[in-house]
Amino acid sequence: MSAALLIDILLWGSVFGVGLIAFRRGPPVFKASLREGSMDFINIVPRIALGVIGSGYIAAIIPQEVITGWLGPDSGWLGVATAVVAGAATPGGPVIGFSIGTVALKSGGGVPQVVAYVVAWALFAFQRVILWEIPFMPARFVWFRCAVSVPFPFLAAAIAMVIGKP
Amino acid sequence: MESEPRPGRVRKPIGWSTIIIAVLVAVSAGLVWRRDGSGGVLDILTHDLSLFGGILPRVLAGCLLGAFISEILPHEKVSRSLGPKSGLKGLLIGTAFGAILPGGPFTAYPVASALLAVGADFGATIAMVVSWTLIGYGRAVAWEIPIMGTDFTLWRIVISLPLPVLAGALGRFVYVRLYPRPATKDDEI
Repeated sequence: MSAALLIDILLWGSVFGVGLIAFRRGPPVFKASLREGSMDFINIVPRIALGVIGSGYIAAIIPQEVITGWLGPDSGWLGVATAVVAGAATPGGPVIGFSIGTVALKSGGGVPQVVAYVVAWALFAFQRVILWEIPFMPARFVWFRCAVSVPFPFLAAAIAMVIGKP
Repeated sequence: MESEPRPGRVRKPIGWSTIIIAVLVAVSAGLVWRRDGSGGVLDILTHDLSLFGGILPRVLAGCLLGAFISEILPHEKVSRSLGPKSGLKGLLIGTAFGAILPGGPFTAYPVASALLAVGADFGATIAMVVSWTLIGYGRAVAWEIPIMGTDFTLWRIVISLPLPVLAGALGRFVYVRLYPRPATKDDEI
């Protein structure tokens, strides 16, 4: 069974589960939330469309070699800082992000730098922020969340330096 | 001239973020066009349109999930256990919730948005989002382990374990100083 199918089953299973709970609270509750959810969906579709179609173009003008180059050799805290920027600037989905991490690890990148890269990618990858987070969450929350998260790739790298390699 | 009444919950259709993204996209598309011509622009468009079609059902599922959750969760309980005064416990609950949430971004963000709407504060919601992205099993199992290997992934997750609570705590710390009034500015539901 493919991961995507598993995700869909889990996802729709959860929708069905909470829908059932809502239905047992009474049909008006169920109908109201069904309508609310559909309205959210209709409101969000244009923004998702802009995100999906748009981020393809943004990704196309950032060549992956640039990102891998940034991660190159073990370079201390400057390398960590570069890795954080590279993580945020990495275009594409998880395959690209993790593949770049693997390449960097194999081509001599330092482990703390690669950890900083993966954590920064998870926290800030611009494509996910544009495509998913901004359309769904209040913009004020998104910017606040990103700003507050800035120290954490550095902290992860510091922990990695202290506890050593996997 | 009277503005048209809008039914239901009013959402800002276009905010500054949307405008900035639209400009960024237009500039990038222009650069792609200069480099690869209309063929290049069309290639990306077709690819992304099919991607878009593929994720729409999941987006719908995410929206429904968010709506049902915000309907069935008792608001008073949520604001007590995830609100500004929920303390470390609230951050831990947010972290645990983010870690076990199934699905991808199409679930995490609608659900986070629903939590915010029913009384969770920025701190607990940040803990949830950061936990989903850093220690959630979904992406780790589907992508990180196959690509980066089990050792690196588990080790990376262990390093990340304290981060969601710390991010949530920092968020809460900064939030009360940036917006000193208690959260009663908006109508408390």
